[in-house]
Amino acid sequence: MKITEISGTGIPVEGNDIDTDRIIPARYLKEITFTNMGKYAFYDERHDSKGELRPHPFNDHKYDGAKILIVNKNFGCGSSREHAPQAILRHGIKAVVGESFAEIFAGNCTMLGAPTVTMDEREVIDLMAAVRANPGTSIRLSLVHRTVTYSGKTVPIHIADVVQKALTEGTWDSTRLMLENMEKVRTTAGRIPYLNRFQAAEG
Amino acid sequence: MAGKSLFRKIWDLHAVAKLPTGQTQLFIGLHLVHEVTSPQAFDMLREQNLRVAFPDRNVATVDHIVPTASQARPFADRQAEDMMKAIERNAKEFGIRFFGIGDAHQGIVHVIGPETGLTQPGLTIACGDSHTSTHGAFGSLAFGIGTSQVKDVLATQCLAMTELKVRRINVTGRLRPGVYAKDVILAIIRKLGVNGGIGYAYEYAGDTVHRMTMEERMSICNMSIEGGARIGYINPDETTFEFIRGREFAPKGGDFDRAVQYWKSVSSDADAHYDSVVDLNAAELEPMVTWGITPGQAIGIRERMPALAEFPESERKSAELAYHHMGFEPGRPIAGTPIDVAFIGSCTNSRLSDLREAARIVKGRKVAKTVRALVVPGSTSVKEKAEAEGLDRIFSEAGFEWRAAGCSMCLAMNPDKLKGREICASSSNRNFIGRQGSSTGRTILMSPVMVAAAAIEGRLVDAREFLI
Repeated sequence: MKITEISGTGIPVEGNDIDTDRIIPARYLKEITFTNMGKYAFYDERHDSKGELRPHPFNDHKYDGAKILIVNKNFGCGSSREHAPQAILRHGIKAVVGESFAEIFAGNCTMLGAPTVTMDEREVIDLMAAVRANPGTSIRLSLVHRTVTYSGKTVPIHIADVVQKALTEGTWDSTRLMLENMEKVRTTAGRIPYLNRFQAAEG
Repeated sequence: MAGKSLFRKIWDLHAVAKLPTGQTQLFIGLHLVHEVTSPQAFDMLREQNLRVAFPDRNVATVDHIVPTASQARPFADRQAEDMMKAIERNAKEFGIRFFGIGDAHQGIVHVIGPETGLTQPGLTIACGDSHTSTHGAFGSLAFGIGTSQVKDVLATQCLAMTELKVRRINVTGRLRPGVYAKDVILAIIRKLGVNGGIGYAYEYAGDTVHRMTMEERMSICNMSIEGGARIGYINPDETTFEFIRGREFAPKGGDFDRAVQYWKSVSSDADAHYDSVVDLNAAELEPMVTWGITPGQAIGIRERMPALAEFPESERKSAELAYHHMGFEPGRPIAGTPIDVAFIGSCTNSRLSDLREAARIVKGRKVAKTVRALVVPGSTSVKEKAEAEGLDRIFSEAGFEWRAAGCSMCLAMNPDKLKGREICASSSNRNFIGRQGSSTGRTILMSPVMVAAAAIEGRLVDAREFLI
């Protein structure tokens, strides 16, 4: 599958340094499959200690069906738990637009075929404001043109070249790509000193 | 032409191929596996009919979910028991070495790698845990990865990676008594920010780092990820080689001598190119504590918490949220803050030297009546060694609970959790909202010695008062 464009409505989750424990509390990592993770996205932010719903964009019906999550700086910092992107994506999100992302989180998203793209701070604030004012605002994210278009306005985005290529060419399944090189893997292993009783270090 | 950094040398040696995406296929010399982030990866292997490519380069243990009060099987928590059964089955089916409950090598994956001698200089290491950066203390490239990447490593012994830039952080000056590696790394994160390391590998250098023991170096590298850097490392030296010598999985005899030659060869060249260089004078540092909800929100114990006006506008909302969650007031001193729980443990600070230092303060004293205190050794081996020295008795007599090895209250996947709005003085690595098991609970990060002092006083104090 090639992912060149994602269109849909947006949902803003404001704040810098939103960490993976806030995206999915560790107690939900006790399940041995990702199947139910969508239910747990932002669980403690969406519920009070009695389990009652609290105000949160993910509880707000005006954002129901949103495909594009909009965030600020360093989103997804902290743990390497893939449960975090799994929770967000299984909730229905297809792409995340923000000011910056923690590296492991962004990498995990790519592995799952979901782009994380960045925009200038000002542009993120404007996009969040537009979506809040009109949750029905339709947003088109083009990975080919590296743009976000909404309300008749087109804004440049940044996406790492390797991620753009992987998604638009449908080659983000790194297992498959790397399995094709197993002969080279064995050659490499043959020259690594610690796999060869350090004989290579002498030469 | 400039010389090469350790990052560059190890990267080049392990590069298998350029992938069509432009990423590098990088060989992984050691894959550490634990119970929480691996079951889905093994399921994917089964679904796709794949085998583990290099079973002897994969090692598994259990740490995140294990209870530390009683480790008798079956565990009382059925989900935890199911997770244990899954990793036991997976390790057996795929032929991977497994250190389970009851094995001296069981423990926090970032404690047992080094203590068994599996972690060595010049390796690429991966593990489905962000604190894998710990192993960089030995001069290896150690990456925290997600579950889909765990599948990649199992199936191919490789990761698809993009190169990182390298930032050298020179730490100079003699640490004052009572100031530890934990204080140094909290000071580095405060200075560079929790997102300052995005896109970088951190190379820690300078005379302060050079004088550190391996256990101190591990505490530093462990928290690289809290500064946004996916990996952190320290060039290997005699301290590194002597630490490894004689350990179970260390090279023996002539192999060891040849290994040292290899290990020396991967060190950064004196004229290596760096994308960024930062200096920190550590001689002036005092014990650090966090006041907020990110590890970068840290101050010296004798400082006042920052006023909101001191933050740039883009950070003010985060600071407001931090003060709101913590219930603290900007501009006030942090010393004297009452605590409810004291936790000594985690992959940052649960090694024998951490427990010894904390025990110096605890010896002959009592935990405050208002405080629940626990010590969770990083591995079964650390626990046994500490008990042989009598550290368990020092802690128990003071009123600490002496537990079995695991991650415990660092992330509260087991029964060790905060309740309600409790405040925890913690030797762990993350003070995120809800991190220690209560969505309203509060975490203050500090060194194990500072936790010990807080446990005894029932409030935050400068532990140096106890050390004189």
